[in-house]
Amino acid sequence: MFARTALALSLALTAFVADATPKIQTWETPNGARVFFVPAPEIPMVDLQVVFDAGAARDGDKPGLAVMTNSMLNEGAGKLDADAIAEKFDSLGARQGNTAERDMSMFSLRSLSDSAKLQPAAELLALMFNEPTLPADGFGRMKNQMLINIQAQKQSPDEIASEAFFRAIYGNHPYASDPGGTEESVKALTPEDVRRFMAKFYVARNAVVAIVGALDRPAAEALANTVVGKLAAGERAPALPPVENLDKAETVKIDHPSTQTHVLVGVPGMTRGDPDYFALYVGNHILGGNGLVSRISDEIREKRGLSYSAYSYFMPMRERGPYTIGLQTRTDKTNEALTVLRDTVKTFVEQGPTEKELVASKKNITGGFALRVDSNKKIADYLALIGFYGLPLDYLDHFIARINAVTLAQVRDAFKRRVDLNKTVTVTVGKQS
Amino acid sequence: MQMKLSGVVGLLAATLSFGAHSAGEVHESKLDNGMKVIIKVDRRAPVAVSQVWYRVGSSYEHNGSTGLSHALEHMMFKGTKKHPPNEFSRIISENGGKENAFTGDDYTTYFQQLEASRLPIALELEADRMRNLTLPAGEFDKEIKVVMEERRMRTEDSPTALTHEQFMAAAFTSSPYHNPVIGWMDDLENMKIQDLKAWYQTWYAPNNATLVIVGDVDPVATLATVKKYFGPLKPSKIPEVKPQREVEQRGIRRITVKAPAELPYLMMGYKTPVLATAKEAWEPYALEMLAGVLDGGNSARLSKNLVRGKEVAASAGAGYDLYSRMDQLFSFDGTPAQGKTIADLEAALREQIKLVRETLVAPEELERIKSQVVAAKVYERDSNFYQAMQIGTLETNGLSYKLVEEYLDRIKAVTPEQIQKVAQKYLVDDRLTVAVLEPLPIENGKHAMPAMGGGGHVR
Repeated sequence: MFARTALALSLALTAFVADATPKIQTWETPNGARVFFVPAPEIPMVDLQVVFDAGAARDGDKPGLAVMTNSMLNEGAGKLDADAIAEKFDSLGARQGNTAERDMSMFSLRSLSDSAKLQPAAELLALMFNEPTLPADGFGRMKNQMLINIQAQKQSPDEIASEAFFRAIYGNHPYASDPGGTEESVKALTPEDVRRFMAKFYVARNAVVAIVGALDRPAAEALANTVVGKLAAGERAPALPPVENLDKAETVKIDHPSTQTHVLVGVPGMTRGDPDYFALYVGNHILGGNGLVSRISDEIREKRGLSYSAYSYFMPMRERGPYTIGLQTRTDKTNEALTVLRDTVKTFVEQGPTEKELVASKKNITGGFALRVDSNKKIADYLALIGFYGLPLDYLDHFIARINAVTLAQVRDAFKRRVDLNKTVTVTVGKQS
Repeated sequence: MQMKLSGVVGLLAATLSFGAHSAGEVHESKLDNGMKVIIKVDRRAPVAVSQVWYRVGSSYEHNGSTGLSHALEHMMFKGTKKHPPNEFSRIISENGGKENAFTGDDYTTYFQQLEASRLPIALELEADRMRNLTLPAGEFDKEIKVVMEERRMRTEDSPTALTHEQFMAAAFTSSPYHNPVIGWMDDLENMKIQDLKAWYQTWYAPNNATLVIVGDVDPVATLATVKKYFGPLKPSKIPEVKPQREVEQRGIRRITVKAPAELPYLMMGYKTPVLATAKEAWEPYALEMLAGVLDGGNSARLSKNLVRGKEVAASAGAGYDLYSRMDQLFSFDGTPAQGKTIADLEAALREQIKLVRETLVAPEELERIKSQVVAAKVYERDSNFYQAMQIGTLETNGLSYKLVEEYLDRIKAVTPEQIQKVAQKYLVDDRLTVAVLEPLPIENGKHAMPAMGGGGHVR
C-alpha cells in the first residue's frame, strides 16, 4: 500500500523538483572574487557569505593561526573598536558571524534588504576585511579565549576522541592538527602572524561570495563589490597535499573519567568532487547515515540498546576528509559494542547493500531533495559549497539523477576500494581497564 | 522603522473555500474530539512540516516517576497494532522525510518534514500512534537502556549539564521544574512498562494535543485530511493538572557541584513570573527586554563589559523564557576568564545586576535591541520549523499562538522605567540560587566518580 503510493508520488516529485531547483547566477568581481547568487524576493532580507580558502589547513607550523585570524577581524577595523563594531551590527538588526575550520574561513551576514540597513552592514564587513587594526588587547583576549577552548575540549570525551581521531588519520597532513591549536602554538601566535596570513589568503582570488535574498542582479553585484571589492587580487591558495592511505591499523586508547566510552573508527574518506562521491554517499546512507533506519543504528541501538547514537558519515573536504564511524556506550559494554560495530561494517563492505535497501535509500534522498533547498539559509550554504569546491553550477539540477544512477555494484566496488577494514584507526576515550 | 508583518487571520473552516490562500495566513480549527489544528501557509518551497504537540512533559511527572514523558517519546516509535516497531521511521524515510521527537518540561512533540504532497502519510501515521501504541515489553527493555545511555552522554559525562541539573533541583522545591526532563537515573532503572502504559493512556488523546502544520499546503484540503485521520479518534478525560506552584523562597541558596572538569562554571537564577503566570502582563516583556540589555547580541552588556571591558569572563550569558508554563528563572551563567575566579565572575555579574536596578537603561541601548527584535521577526520567516515551534509552544503552555504576533508591539512598548522596575522587583537575593561547578582533576588512570550530593546516581 505505502510502497505503491510513495512510488507514484516520487515520479511526480522528480519532474517537479527539476523546476524548483534554484537557478544560480555567477560572475567575478573586477578584482577576481567568484560570486554566486540566487534571488529570493519573498522575504525582505539578504544572506551573504564570504568564504576564503584560509582554514586551519593553511596554518603551517602555527596551529591555531586560521582561527585566530578569523576571530580577530571583529576586534577592530578602521576607527572602530570591538564594541563599536558590535554596536553597529546590532543597531542595524544585522547578524554577523565568523567561523574557521580546516578548509574554510567563513564570514556570514544576514540583514534586512532595506538598503538603509544592508548598505552600512556590508560596508562594515568590508571595513573588517580592508582595515583590520588587530589591537594588542583584543589579541591577548582572543589568545586567552583559545586557551580556554582548549581546556574545555579536555573535559569532553567526545572532543577528546575527535581530536585524537584526526591526528591518527592524518599523520603529517595539514588536516591532522586541531583548528584550535595547542597550548604552545596558541601562546606563540603574534599579530604579525595574522597580518601575514591575511595578506596571503584574505585576497579576492581566494574568496567565494554567496548571496541569497531580496535583491536583483545589479544590487547583488554592487553588494559583492562593496564587501570584497577592495581586497587585493592576490592568488588562490596553492593545492593541499593529497591524503595518504593508512599503511596499518592503529588503536588509540585515552583514559578519561567518564561513565561512557566514546568510540571512533575510520579511514581517510573522500573529496567534495570525488568520482566515487555518489556511490559512497548512498552506500553510507544505508550503512550509517540515515539515522535510526540505518544498519549500524539498527544493530547497535534498536536491536541491543547499546548506544544512544551510533552512526557513520563521510565529511567530504578539499582533500579527502575522514570517514567516521562512531558510538558511545557504558564503559563495560565497550568491547561488545565495538565488535558489533566492526562486524556490521565488515559485512557491509564485503557484501554491499541489498537491492531493497538501495531502493529505500534512494527514495529517502531523492524524495527529500526539496527539503535541502527550502530556505534562503540552506541555499546560501549550497552556493558557498558549490563555489568553494568548484562543483558544477548544475550540481543541484542533476543531484537526483546522480543518486538514482547509483548501482549496487558501484556501492560494493567503491566501499571495497575505499574502506579497508584492516587499516583503520580506532579511538576509544573512557575508563581504560 | 516599521516592518510589514505577515498577516495572521484566524478564519473559520467554513470560510476557507474562497479564493487563493496567501502566505502567512493562519487557519485555526478544533475537531469534534477536541484536537486543535493550526495550519500556516508558507508557499516559498514545496515542503511542509507537521508537529503534534502533547500537553505532557517532565513538569507533569511526580517523584519516583521522573523521565516517563521522555521514555514514552522513545517508545512512540516502537509500533502500533498496524505497524511493527520502527516501521514509522522507515515509512517516513522512504518518503524522503525527516522526523524526530523532543520532550521538554511542558511538552512532548513529534514532527515530520516532507515534500508537501506527502504530508498525508505523516498525518495517517501520527493519528495511528496517538491511540494505538502497543508498547511491547521486549522493546521497552532495550529502549530504556538507550535512554540511560542518552542520560550518560548528555548529563553524567558533561560537567556543565550536571551542574545545571543540580542547580534546577536546588532552585525549585515544590515546582516540578525541580526534576530533569530525562529523569533521574534511579527512576530510569526502576521504570516499568506498566508505568509507560498508564502514562500513555492518561495523556495521549486528541483533546490533549495540538497539531501544527506550516508549509506549502492548501488549508481546506489539509484540514479535510486531518479530519479523515484524526477525526475518528476518541477523546479521553484528561486529569486536572494541579498547579504545583513553587513555595516562596526565603533567602539565597548556594550549592557546589564537584565533578571531573577543566573549567569552573557558575550559574545564577532568580525566580520570575512568565507570561502564563504574571499578574502584570507587561512584566514578562520587560524581563525579556532586560535579558536583551544584558545578552542580546555581541554589543550587549555582558559581552561588552565582562568578556571585553573587564575581561573577567571567557563567556557570560543571561536568559529568560517568557513562554514557559510555570514560573521560571531569569538566569545567568558563565566561565571565568584565565586568571579570574568564580568569585570575581559572580561579583562582576552582581555589579551588572546592581546597575540595572539603580540606573535607567539608555534609550539608544533600547533602540538597538528593538532593531534586533524587528529584524528577527523577518528572519524567522526563513524557517517553517521555527514558526511551527513558536505556535506549538504557546498553544501547549496555555497561551494563544496569536501572542507571537503581539510580541513585537509588546516589546516596543517596554520603557526604561519598566525594565528597572522588574530588575528591582525580581533580581533580588531572596529569589536567587547560585551553583558553582568545582572541577576535580581529570587524571590519567584510576579515577573514581565522586559521590553526588542528592542528585544523579552513578553506578
